[in-house]
Amino acid sequence: MSTDYGDADTFLGVRLDRFARLRETVAGDYKATFGLVTVVLFVLAAVFAPELAPYDPMAQEYAIMQAPSLSSAHPLGTDSFGRDLLSRLMYGARVSLGVSLGAVTIGAVVGVSLGVVAGYFGGWVDDALMRFVDVLWAFPWLLVAIMLVAVFGQGVWNVVVAIAFAYIDDFARLARGEVLSIREEEFVLAAKNIGLGDVEIMTEEVLPNAVAPLIVQFTVLVARAILAESTLSFLGIGVKPTTPTWGALLGQGRSLIGQAWWISIIPGIAIVITVLGINLFGDALRDAFDVRGEEGAP
Amino acid sequence: MGIKRYVAKRTLQAIGVVYVVATAVFVAVRSVPGDPARLVLGGNAEPDELAAVRAELGLDQPIHVQYYRWMADLARGDLGDSIYTGQSVVTSIVNAAEPTLSIGLVGITIAILIAIPAGVVSATRRDQWEDYVATGVAFLGISMPSFWIGIVLLLTVGTAIPAIPSFGYASISEGVVPWLSHVILPATAVGLPYAGIITRMTRSSMLEVLSEDYMQTARAKGLPPRLVLFKHGLQNALMPVVTVAGILFALLLGGIVAVEMVFGVQGFGRLLIRSIERQDFPIVQGSVIVISIIFVFMNLVVDLLYMSINPKVKYGGGA
Repeated sequence: MSTDYGDADTFLGVRLDRFARLRETVAGDYKATFGLVTVVLFVLAAVFAPELAPYDPMAQEYAIMQAPSLSSAHPLGTDSFGRDLLSRLMYGARVSLGVSLGAVTIGAVVGVSLGVVAGYFGGWVDDALMRFVDVLWAFPWLLVAIMLVAVFGQGVWNVVVAIAFAYIDDFARLARGEVLSIREEEFVLAAKNIGLGDVEIMTEEVLPNAVAPLIVQFTVLVARAILAESTLSFLGIGVKPTTPTWGALLGQGRSLIGQAWWISIIPGIAIVITVLGINLFGDALRDAFDVRGEEGAP
Repeated sequence: MGIKRYVAKRTLQAIGVVYVVATAVFVAVRSVPGDPARLVLGGNAEPDELAAVRAELGLDQPIHVQYYRWMADLARGDLGDSIYTGQSVVTSIVNAAEPTLSIGLVGITIAILIAIPAGVVSATRRDQWEDYVATGVAFLGISMPSFWIGIVLLLTVGTAIPAIPSFGYASISEGVVPWLSHVILPATAVGLPYAGIITRMTRSSMLEVLSEDYMQTARAKGLPPRLVLFKHGLQNALMPVVTVAGILFALLLGGIVAVEMVFGVQGFGRLLIRSIERQDFPIVQGSVIVISIIFVFMNLVVDLLYMSINPKVKYGGGA
């Protein structure tokens, strides 16, 4: 049961007419179309990497190991171990996209919970939770990642946690702001009057009405998370160096930049196209869902 | 709330945040699975070596004594010594700071020089080709990792113009020209994504200001359009941009660390990465504290600055 503004039908708390508007935006705007198509293509390439990849991403060809090159057999070239770059990129997409989605999801769940509780109860609960969020914010994500790697060693989960950590405060602040404006609405007061519990009101009345800006935020942060993950992998403090992530591929190509520029450049292009696609789609979402402001920083 | 009380309150809050960060670092270091001393020395260390390192790190003391010492040292600005070089952590960080700050400051300057004109043009020529170009380029900017821009610059500008060195760093004490020629490529790599963000912010902020009543009034008074745009429009539009530009510097850090690796600059990023490789714990934990302090107080300064240039901002209330 969710009470909304008017009687409009909703999906995930977003009014259906907004999805209709999104469809119009995407169809009418080549930037948004490009964004959506790119995102879908990259997700498909990641999901079906085992079926689609022309080679085993770990298979080394000794013949071309000495002289990595672009050829018709390897359209995007090979790396210094003679491994097919296209296949490694496709497998890399699984890690890069998976880690980013996972990290932002965790950040969203924790951050939104904090923000909703803080905004709903107000008073000292709000003060305490938001000071806690301030502390989270004061840890630059890169340093959290570095601490985690220094303490626990490299691993996918450390990267996920480090990036998630960085986005908790973004979600908490946004959710809190939304809740502050929603909690005085009549339907919330009505729900209180008929005796609904706090948890029910928060999850069924308040949260569904704050979903639109959160979805936009989620999209923008997935784009940022891809950049963050690639930075960590590039620095060699991301997931294990043997895992082909985009950032790691790029980093490995750095020492060969004179002989084989594409090992560094092509994974970078994959990153740019994906992040650009998500950003453009996020912008279309922002327009369609009528969410204002915050341009966001990487 | 009076302004003095507000400043005092915010300062105390900032100190509180730093205190909690310091405590968190203390706990994190001590929750290392196994023995931090073994982490320092590696697997094959002798027991007496381990004991010596433990004593040096103060790990042989009871936990509350360790905590008290940690905080007392911190209050005196003592972050311990590097295990590897024996140099004090503060000295190591200060020595590595110049290249990093140079890249950051030049990067921000480049970002602002590109972004503010681009944002203004984009807003005043809304939905015309100038706007599309500026917005498109800005989107591209925020979608590129700095270190990749660095590699592209290295391959293109770096090879095309031999006068621009693509490796290392020259201190500003060796002269402005060598300094700038070393810094310009890494700074551009770091600055371009931020130019993208600031362009978009300037654009939306400017669009908002352009529709304000006082702009109408200024135009109606017959003031020259250029004066209206710059004096009344831009000045007001830049307010929100300024607050974010401050926070951006802290966010730049991630980009700078990676870009330093691309250009072989011996800055803070290199120090950090090398310290992780060497398991140099004091440097890593000291860096976390130092960066957090800079982060928190930078935000405080921006906050107070914003308040003093914008009389509309009320003290207290809101977050």
